[in-house]
Amino acid sequence: MMGFIWFWLVAVMIVGYVVLDGFDLGVGVLHLFLVRNETERKATLASIGPVWDGNEVWLLAGGGTLYFAFPLLYASAFSGFYLPLMIVLWLLILRGVSLELRNHLDLGVWRSLLDGVFGLASALLAIFYGAALANVIRGVPLQPDGYFFLPLWTNWQPGVAPGILDWYTVIGGLVALVALTLHGALWLTIKVSGDLEQRARRIVTPLWLALAALTVISLIATIAVRPASLNNYYQYPVTFIVPVGVVASLAALWFWNRNAQPVKAFLASSVYLFFMLAGACWGVYPTLLPATTGAANDITLTRAISGPHTLSVGLAWWTFGMALAVAYVVFVYSRFKGKADAATVGH
Amino acid sequence: MTAELIHRLHFAFTVTFHYLFPQLTMGLAPLIVVLKTVALKDVSGEWDRAARFWGKIFGINFVFGVVTGIPMEFEFGTNWARFSRLSGGVIGQPLAMEGVFSFFLESAFLGLFLYGGSRLSKKMHWFSAVMVFVGSWISGFFIIVTDAWMQHPVAYAHLPSGQFEVLSFWQLLLNPWALLQYAHNMTGAVVTGSFVMAATGAFYLLEGRFQECGCAYGKIFLKVGVISGVIATILIIFPTGDLHGKYVARHQPAAMAGMEGLFRTEAGAGIVLMGQPNEETQQIDNPIVVNDLLSFLVYGTTKAEVKGLDQFPRDQWPTTLPLLYYAYHIMAGLGTYFVLLMIAAAFLLWRNRLYQTRWILWLLLISFPLPYIANTAGWMTAEIGRQPWLIYGLMRTSEGYSNMVSAGNGLFTLLGFMGLYALLGLLFTVLVYREISHGPEPKEKAAVAAD
Ligand code: HDD
Ligand code: HEM
Ligand code: HEM
Repeated sequence: MMGFIWFWLVAVMIVGYVVLDGFDLGVGVLHLFLVRNETERKATLASIGPVWDGNEVWLLAGGGTLYFAFPLLYASAFSGFYLPLMIVLWLLILRGVSLELRNHLDLGVWRSLLDGVFGLASALLAIFYGAALANVIRGVPLQPDGYFFLPLWTNWQPGVAPGILDWYTVIGGLVALVALTLHGALWLTIKVSGDLEQRARRIVTPLWLALAALTVISLIATIAVRPASLNNYYQYPVTFIVPVGVVASLAALWFWNRNAQPVKAFLASSVYLFFMLAGACWGVYPTLLPATTGAANDITLTRAISGPHTLSVGLAWWTFGMALAVAYVVFVYSRFKGKADAATVGH
Repeated sequence: MTAELIHRLHFAFTVTFHYLFPQLTMGLAPLIVVLKTVALKDVSGEWDRAARFWGKIFGINFVFGVVTGIPMEFEFGTNWARFSRLSGGVIGQPLAMEGVFSFFLESAFLGLFLYGGSRLSKKMHWFSAVMVFVGSWISGFFIIVTDAWMQHPVAYAHLPSGQFEVLSFWQLLLNPWALLQYAHNMTGAVVTGSFVMAATGAFYLLEGRFQECGCAYGKIFLKVGVISGVIATILIIFPTGDLHGKYVARHQPAAMAGMEGLFRTEAGAGIVLMGQPNEETQQIDNPIVVNDLLSFLVYGTTKAEVKGLDQFPRDQWPTTLPLLYYAYHIMAGLGTYFVLLMIAAAFLLWRNRLYQTRWILWLLLISFPLPYIANTAGWMTAEIGRQPWLIYGLMRTSEGYSNMVSAGNGLFTLLGFMGLYALLGLLFTVLVYREISHGPEPKEKAAVAAD
């Protein structure tokens, strides 16, 4: 029971991270293509300025929760994915610092370099996150002691000895890139105005088409790479609500964007992200990290879960702390409601 | 180089660099609250602009703290997997609490403090500053609880799987080691904040800045910096440093012997003010000693016996002994200098002579890097003194690193971090120097910007 609860609590925090940091990653990617001048760029960055740092906290809080609830999973996955994680860290550093620098320094032509770094780091992060999720679904070459080490790539095939990148995980990366870029575009339709808002709204259409296509491809690919991911669904047929939810939220997104209801469209996109992640989690549950080296090596929920005392202590403060955290988040977003204020960007 | 050494260096390098930023965050936050509080009653608006100016520097510093802090959270898994697997149930809790209880709070209210200026009432802006302060101090607390458990494990059970689990939430949080360490460490952060603020004030006065607008920024910064500085530099020695030292002597006697360079057990042990420890001959070369003082400081009588390294098997001696000894002596030596400097400055402030006395302004100006050195040296003392244990008495450092991550991979990412952090250090310096040389807004311009 505790295992079940903590599995979903961690999952919820990851969803929180993807939905929130997702849009500012998307805005990071988009600002490379969408904006025409410095004023528009400032407005774009002002739309994420007060919140991006708080959004990243979901990653930390989620990581910490994973750490104490499933120490084996944390230890195994973080050391096994050593190289890509270090790259993710460097990208997070470059992204945060380039945003901060461009707000403070009047660097003339160097500014374009910073904008480029910010956009590129955002795009690569989205791709890495998607690929990471795909790695978890596909499985990794776990040894009996619970550890593994993955090279960045091998022969690009998901087999017994795969790399971080193969054709399947690359698809995962692309889905994430497009989904988060779309998510960012919808955020912009809420937060900016004028010409820029129109352009953001128009770019939703091609992104939506690409995402719909990629969603279908990724579902098929997942079933091909890991047929077992359907087992839970067959066992509990009501959970087919998840794929239905994916399709419905995509349709709603399209509809509301067309009808100029940006907030609803953005929420639909959040729901889409939620269902995609929930679907993936449910596909592997109760395994946390499948092994390509045979099911005996899987890291399962029961194998990875912390001691009972740790978990009950954790549940008490976690519930209280997250309720507070959600209150701050709601408070901050309500304070910055409405169109972003480009004048405040340099603090 | 062995994988173990690489992983140790990896963690040591990244955390040392990280802590350069939070110490200023945690040190400035209460000072900004002071400025904002005076500003509530101040009609000229000067204190408010002073607070906003430090808010900007705080913001820059904070971002660097965040981006260098995120790697720390990951490194427990990437570089210390075997340690995390066994201790995650304990260590992971305060780490997760740090995220849940403080980072959310801090980032939310910092966003309000920095970006919400025109959207917030005066009271609300003050309140955001207070919440940022609370958030950063809670954050420091949880990280110290984490570290203190490794120094002095409490409230745990050892499961058959080899894992540790928490037995009591409150005993974990109220670990006596953590409370002492927290008091000492937070005071150290305030020392850094005070020196930085005072140095900025001294810089403005020496340059004769803001005379044309008649603004008193230089004096405000000096006054606040010196008053908090004198309090913090005294507190850091007594009682916090003193108590912390006694606790270390009781619970990590080998570490204390190493810190003091005490090779042989002595009754009436003296304190070595200067001298070089020699591991081969097991003595201090060229020592200057104050007789009986160590016994007195640790046990309250001059005749008490203090355990030397000869009481411990060689494999329980702190590794890298000379580094431990020097780090400790640098911290304590600088601490003594800080008190003298700040008391002199406070005296001159009281006699109304501080603002004109150039030599002390110069000293305050050039001393601002020293608290960074003292804080770093203090952490080196704590962390190297804990060796060869990763969790004191329970798990050795050699049993904790990720042995599936090879030395080559570790070296590659360590070099990557070194390169990236060199760049960050440069950028940070440029950014902060620019803000400081620009200074707070003079009156007229601020009035326009406020609308
Ligand atoms: C401005 C910074 C600063 C200054 C002037 C001092 N310290 Fe310190 N000290 C720290 C900043 C610090 C620190 C960075 O905050 C440490 C590292 C770990 C900790 O909890 O605090 C620390 C640790 C630390 C330890 C624990 C070592 C261990 O855990 O093994 C002792 C015994 C002292 N200090 C004692 C002193 C004494 C007697 C000082 C005065 C002469 C002194 N410190 C000045
Ligand atoms: C910011 C202040 C800190 C500094 C400057 C610092 C410094 C160091 C140094 C120098 C080492 C290497 C020791 C050696 O190998 O001889 C080290 C190791 C380590 N420290 Fe810290 N530390 C700090 C805070 C912390 C905190 C708060 C934690 C825990 C949450 C922590 C956990 C560790 C771990 C896990 C290692 C690696 C294992 C080991 O070598 O003992 N450190 N640190
Ligand atoms: C003496 C040791 C440390 C202290 C007192 C400390 C304190 C702080 C504080 C106050 C912040 C807020 C941001 C800032 O100040 O710039 C911060 C940031 C951060 N620290 Fe540390 N830290 C220490 C070491 C560590 C270690 C060992 C870890 C690894 C677990 C860590 C993880 C983080 C993270 C992830 C952030 C970014 C938080 C954010 O997004 O707001 N810190 N630290």
